[in-house]
Amino acid sequence: MATEETDHEDGVQSIDPDDVDTEDILGSAIERREDPALVSGEAEYTDDIQKPEMTHMAMVRSQYAHAEIEEVDTSAAEEMDGVVAVYTADDLDVPGNLPVGWLLDSLEQVNHPILAGDRVRYQGDAVAIVVAEERYQAHDAADAVDVEYERLDAVAHPGEALDDDAPVIHEEAGSNQAFDWEIGDQEATKQAFEEAETTVSLDLHNQLLIPNAIEPRATVADYHPRTDELELDMTSQNPHVHRLLMSGVIDHPEHKLSIRAPEVGGGFGSKIHHYADEALTALAAKDLERPVKWTATRTETYITDAQGRGHETTGEMALDEDGNITGLRVHTKANMGAYLSTFAPSIPTYLYATLLSGQYEIPTIYCTVEGAFTNVPPVDAYRGAGRPEASYVVERLVRQAAREVDMDPAEFRRQNFVPGDAFPYETPVAMEYDSGDYEKTLDRAKEMLDYEEFRERQEQAREDGRYLGVGLSAYIEACGIAPSELVGELGAQAGLWESSVVRFQPSGTVTVYVGTSGHGQGHDTTYAQIVADKLGVEYDDIEVEEGDTDEIPQGMGTYGSRSAAVGGGAIVESAEKVIEKGRKIAAHQLEADPEDVEFENGGYQVAGAPDRSMTIQDVAGASYLAHDIPDDMEPGLEATSFFDPENFVFPFGMHAAIVEVDPDTGEIEFEEYVAVDDVGNQINPKIVEGQIHGGIAQGIGQALYESAEYDDNAQLTTGSMQDYAVPKPSHIPEIKTASTVTESPHNPLGVKGVGEAGTIAAPQAVVNAVVDALEPFGVEDIEMPLTNERVWRAIHENGGGD
Amino acid sequence: MTEQDITLTVNGTEHELSVEPRELLVHTLRDDMGYTGPNVGCETTMCGACTVQMDGDAVKACTVLAVQADGAEITTIEGLSDDGDHPLQESFQEEHGLQCGYCTPGMIMTAADYLEDEPDPDREEIREALEGNICRCTGYQNIVNAVESAAEKMHAEDAAADGGVIEEGGD
Repeated sequence: MATEETDHEDGVQSIDPDDVDTEDILGSAIERREDPALVSGEAEYTDDIQKPEMTHMAMVRSQYAHAEIEEVDTSAAEEMDGVVAVYTADDLDVPGNLPVGWLLDSLEQVNHPILAGDRVRYQGDAVAIVVAEERYQAHDAADAVDVEYERLDAVAHPGEALDDDAPVIHEEAGSNQAFDWEIGDQEATKQAFEEAETTVSLDLHNQLLIPNAIEPRATVADYHPRTDELELDMTSQNPHVHRLLMSGVIDHPEHKLSIRAPEVGGGFGSKIHHYADEALTALAAKDLERPVKWTATRTETYITDAQGRGHETTGEMALDEDGNITGLRVHTKANMGAYLSTFAPSIPTYLYATLLSGQYEIPTIYCTVEGAFTNVPPVDAYRGAGRPEASYVVERLVRQAAREVDMDPAEFRRQNFVPGDAFPYETPVAMEYDSGDYEKTLDRAKEMLDYEEFRERQEQAREDGRYLGVGLSAYIEACGIAPSELVGELGAQAGLWESSVVRFQPSGTVTVYVGTSGHGQGHDTTYAQIVADKLGVEYDDIEVEEGDTDEIPQGMGTYGSRSAAVGGGAIVESAEKVIEKGRKIAAHQLEADPEDVEFENGGYQVAGAPDRSMTIQDVAGASYLAHDIPDDMEPGLEATSFFDPENFVFPFGMHAAIVEVDPDTGEIEFEEYVAVDDVGNQINPKIVEGQIHGGIAQGIGQALYESAEYDDNAQLTTGSMQDYAVPKPSHIPEIKTASTVTESPHNPLGVKGVGEAGTIAAPQAVVNAVVDALEPFGVEDIEMPLTNERVWRAIHENGGGD
Repeated sequence: MTEQDITLTVNGTEHELSVEPRELLVHTLRDDMGYTGPNVGCETTMCGACTVQMDGDAVKACTVLAVQADGAEITTIEGLSDDGDHPLQESFQEEHGLQCGYCTPGMIMTAADYLEDEPDPDREEIREALEGNICRCTGYQNIVNAVESAAEKMHAEDAAADGGVIEEGGD
């Protein structure tokens, strides 16, 4: 399969799957099979689940970001109507310590108890849990738990937390430094800066964001004492990972723990991690021997869902006299929050600094990152996870450098791109890019914008007192992180393979079991497209199962844009094993040598003898009848695979925005947003488009609207959707999309991953556009989110706008 | 807490039940009656995932008390059409106007009410009409496409029902 370059300025047109032949289904923009249940209210999310005798759990959370717990008095709560049980840290007799799944040499591992016993370290830290017969009763009783605190000074920002006089959050660590990490060549980079013709520098703040999946996190736990089986339905992006981690946290054997992700209402990273809440729900169900449901309120998600970004960075770029980038030096202070969340240490290190080469040939790079404990919720993966932060640093510096050397930013980029013939390309920060053609996406974006004409229009507008700007963002993303051996060397405490089973039923239908766990990405559709193509079986005869540890042998889950590249690869490998086994059965029945049996479009045929053939469904039937299969063969037609790719995949593209800024009000209006993405082959272009759109909306949210803001006491001041500006329909412009296709050589589908592309690309496209618009005022940088006030101040602090 | 007797007609079926005066309509529908189509996404009437129609008007069921709905006719997404084939339900699928689907019932119920009043909206008007419904997945463009396309279909259906010819838009 090699999909074609596409141009979707008017959007991708969907197709009814009934109108597509099996041989054409891979790469078709078919409508999703998930949707009928979702548009009719039939889909079952975790909070929809009701069980006989089910109880409800509510959390007592700290109202302070940092305090000693003096006393927890649960007596009043215990007396209230409907209350079944109240638990505090003293009542737990399990390890109850949430693990961190990615280690660094200098990492300061600190205890992360599921219930705080002596100290709370962020506002959402749980102190007690209440279980009651009814939802409202549980919340009433939680309010009645009386906790006495001795408040401590708190700190919310990494730079302040690393100061010598900052309050120390984990005394056993001695300071707030969680780790001190570096990558690249310090000496060579220093020399590049000494020899540079000119340098540019920016202090960049990549603000904390709240993921805001519209479905809050939830868990329903059910324990069967006679079998010791503990069953959880929960909002998970990776049920098998949750099962493994939780089995240790609550000391319950892994094989007696089953986790199912029903329909999951978005994740964006926030449902990867193992939180205290699901462990506590499980423990309560086990103790009470009754089902327990916990569903976060939105307020709870704002103070407990792992937040994203949170970088304070100084970036410098060295340049020669011809405008070539000769070096990059970056120092980042990264907010880790109060504890180390599941994969937190990897985000501001290996998922960040390894992308600092962007799309450019940079001879030397050196980056240091200090992780800081603070009194905000744990910070971990949020859509993009490290890569948006890297792309922001690179693309903001590139914009600044182009201005410094007086070149058009598009041509400055072109001059410094990794050339199309240089792949695979090894960067100075340990990445080997698989494939790419960066000029092509630049050219396409320029064409869609009518870039040259825009520059003339911009000039004219300025003369008329109107401020238009264009911002480019040449992004690169690393996703489908693998192979396991490599990520192990980098500190991962897990392998990053993916697993699948492809199983024929005797009647010829197929079920695919895969260890990824979709939550809106349309995996049921795209995986069925892959299998229909490989096996030549009708799309409607293929069922996809995900998100259930009882059904799917093993899995690592859905995050990091890995599902198509790694999960898809696992499915292809299983399908190929099935085809090979089927070939032997067909050869046996057709009395031919297996090497002479060809497989095409779902049929086996003896080469040169068209009448000697059978369909793969017939073979499946024969394999289960097992009356006449080769002597040394087991019955049945199914195969299991663990696919461990040889490298990451590297989607890339060019996003560009044209905006107009009103200097009197600081308001920003979009004129254009174009996205040219290369995500390799596309299994379903409509789903790809949807992922791009959604990613861009979150990226624009970061650029213009969103920020988790904390006061001096590390209290979240944007604690609801009324205060934290999740973009609304009118906040997001119409987006024009196009794509180029360079296949990845690292997986059998040639796909590259698409889930995070828009979020990585969009923020700096918007900020660069605003800065470009305000160039006449000498504005070089504005901190995200670019609120009207910040834009207005930037103009006026530079003496403009009068 | 003292309960109060109320009558709710949900998707055409009348129910008599007792609720606490403080109970939110969305919890009555979901927890007491099993209509789990409307979802709870926030507590501040911002996200709109819980939107249902009350006596024909779209309301956020997280900011209506069940006792306020006493005697009302409630339509949830489950009752919008017999077979999930309301033009909006079809268009959301055709236009990929949903991903995780959590906001979708509310989005469709708001749009259904809106298109009753405004059969021929432009894209900007659609975006304004959906201000009270937040989607974190789609970036809204395909939702706007879906509502636009549904409006055209409904317009055509109405015209056919009237026995008339489909007229081009007036602008």
